[in-house]
Amino acid sequence: MSKKVLVLLEGNNDLKNSCKELLSEAKNASAEIYAMAFGSNAKTLAEQSAHYGATTAFINSNADLDNYNPETYLELVNTWVKDSGAEVVLASSGSLAKDLMPRVAAGLNTGYVSDGTSIDWNDLTVTKPLYAGKCTATVEFQNSPIKFILMRPNQLSINDADTSATCDIRESNDVKTDLKTIIKNIVQNTSEKLDLTEANIIVAGGRGMKEADNFKMLDDLAGVLGATVGASRAVCDAGWVPHSMQVGQTGKTVAPNLYIACGISGAIQHLAGMSSSKVIVAINNDPEAPIFQKATYGIVGDLFEVVPKLTEEFKKVL
Amino acid sequence: MRIYVCVKQVPDTETKIKLTGDGKIDLNGVKWVVNPYDEFAIEEALNLKTKLTDSKVTIVSLGPKKRTTDAIRTALAMGADDGILIDCEDDLDQNGTAKAIAEAIKQEGEPAIVFAGKLSIDDNGAGLPQILAEYLNLPHVSVIHEFETADNTFTVTREAESGSSKTYQVTGPCVLSTNKGLNTPRYASLPGIMKAKKKPLKEVAFADLGVSNEINKVTYKSFQLPAEKPEVKYISGEAANQAAELVNLLKNEAKVL
Repeated sequence: MSKKVLVLLEGNNDLKNSCKELLSEAKNASAEIYAMAFGSNAKTLAEQSAHYGATTAFINSNADLDNYNPETYLELVNTWVKDSGAEVVLASSGSLAKDLMPRVAAGLNTGYVSDGTSIDWNDLTVTKPLYAGKCTATVEFQNSPIKFILMRPNQLSINDADTSATCDIRESNDVKTDLKTIIKNIVQNTSEKLDLTEANIIVAGGRGMKEADNFKMLDDLAGVLGATVGASRAVCDAGWVPHSMQVGQTGKTVAPNLYIACGISGAIQHLAGMSSSKVIVAINNDPEAPIFQKATYGIVGDLFEVVPKLTEEFKKVL
Repeated sequence: MRIYVCVKQVPDTETKIKLTGDGKIDLNGVKWVVNPYDEFAIEEALNLKTKLTDSKVTIVSLGPKKRTTDAIRTALAMGADDGILIDCEDDLDQNGTAKAIAEAIKQEGEPAIVFAGKLSIDDNGAGLPQILAEYLNLPHVSVIHEFETADNTFTVTREAESGSSKTYQVTGPCVLSTNKGLNTPRYASLPGIMKAKKKPLKEVAFADLGVSNEINKVTYKSFQLPAEKPEVKYISGEAANQAAELVNLLKNEAKVL
C-alpha cells in the first residue's frame, strides 16, 4: 500500500525548488501525496504542487498567514496532519520548518529529524550530517506513528512538471486569534538572491579578501553566476559582512553544486560546513592552505587578479 | 522572576571526528565546551537579570554527571545564580531531553522566560527550544538576534527565510532560542570561577522526573565519515589563463554550469 505523505509548500508565486524536490521524492516513492500551503499565495502553490504529483492540497488563504507566526501555523498543521492521515510529513529544512515542525511533532507525541540528505523509503530511515558534516548518521524513528522529515535543499532530483495535472483543493479561512506572539515588523531582503542553504552556487570570501569593500568583487562574480555570497567566520566576526553569511560549524552548513572559496584558508569548522559541496574551487595565495585538500580545482595565486578575470570568463559562457 | 537557561556540553569545534572499531563516534580525548549558541543564551539572561528586580538566573542541563557539572559551573562562573543538573547517562534525543527539562522546570517554579541556544553544534539539533515550549505550553520565537524587554513583553527579531528578518512581540512567559549577533558573551572572571564553586547546584535523577521511556523518538545509527576527496587538480599559469581554464573545466568536465 502506498504511503500517505504530506508536503509543506513554500514560495511566493513560484513553488520553491526545495519543495519540488520533496514532491518528486514522494512521487518516486509511489506515495499518495497531500500538500499544505498558507496565505495569499496558497492556492497558486497548491496548483503547482499538483504538477509534481500532489493529489490533495490543504490550504488556508487568509492573508494573516502571509508572514509566519508559530502560533497560527501550529494549529493548522496539526489539523492537516490529522485530516490527511499522513504517515510521513516532509518539509524543506529551512528557517520556517525548523522552527515549526519540532513543536508540531512533539505535540503529536511523535518524532522529527532535520537536515536529512536522503530517505530510505523501505524502512523510513533518514541520513543526516552530524558535527556540521564531519560525519553522517542514519536516523531511525521509534515510538513515532508519524514521521516528520526535514530535508536539506539541493539533495534530491526534481521530476519534469506535468502542467496538466490538477489536485483536489480543500480550503479553510479561519485563523487562530488571541495570540501571544504578534508580528511587529518585517525587513525583506531586497536582493533576489537565494538563502545560502538553498543556493546552487556559492561564492565565499575569507580573510584573504583583506577588507570589507573588496566583497564587491565577489558580488560581481556572484551576479554573473546567479550565486549567493558567503563568508568565513573570521570576516563575519570582523564585522565585514553579517553573520547570516557565515558558512561553517557555527554558521550555515551548505552543499551547493559549486562552491568557490576565495581567500579562505579552510579552518576545520569552515571545511565541515561546506565540504559536501559537489565541486569546490579554491583560490588562495598560500599553497599550504588546508582548503586545497577539499578542493576539486585549485588556483594558487592572487585572488585580486584571478577573480576579476574569472568574472570576465564566466560572462563569455553564461 | 525566574530566568532559565538551557545549556549543553558539546565537543569543541576544533574536534576531529573519529569512529571507534564498532562504528560509533569516538569521544575519547574530546575537549568538551559549552555549546557556542548557549553562551549567547547565558549572556542574554544575565543582561536581563540586571533589568529586573528580584530575579534569578537558573541554568538547566541534562547529561552524564561529570561533564554536565562542568557546563553548569561554567555558566555559574559567568554569573548565573544556581543550577539544576538532570543526571542521565543514557543518550536522550531532543524530544526526551526537552521533556525532562520541562518537568524539572515545572518542579522548580514558574519561568518568566527560558533561553536556549538555537542549535547544538554536535548533532545539528535545532528543535529543543520549540519542543520545550510545547511541553511548557508557552509561546516561542527561535533564532533571535535582537532582544528588548518592557514589563512582561519581549520584542525580538529573528532571521527568517532568504535573508529577511522578522520582529515579533511576545507576551511572557515564553521560550526564546538565541543566535549569534545577539550579544558578546562575557568570559568568566577568576573571582567568578571561585564563587561558582559555592553556588547551589541541585541534582535531579532522570528517573525521578516521571518521563516515560517511550519519550525517545529517534536513534542515530551507522555513523560514517565523509568519503575521501580525490586529489585536487591545480590550474597553473597567468591569472587570465587560469580563469579561462577553470571556466572550461567547470563547464565541460565538472558540468556544473
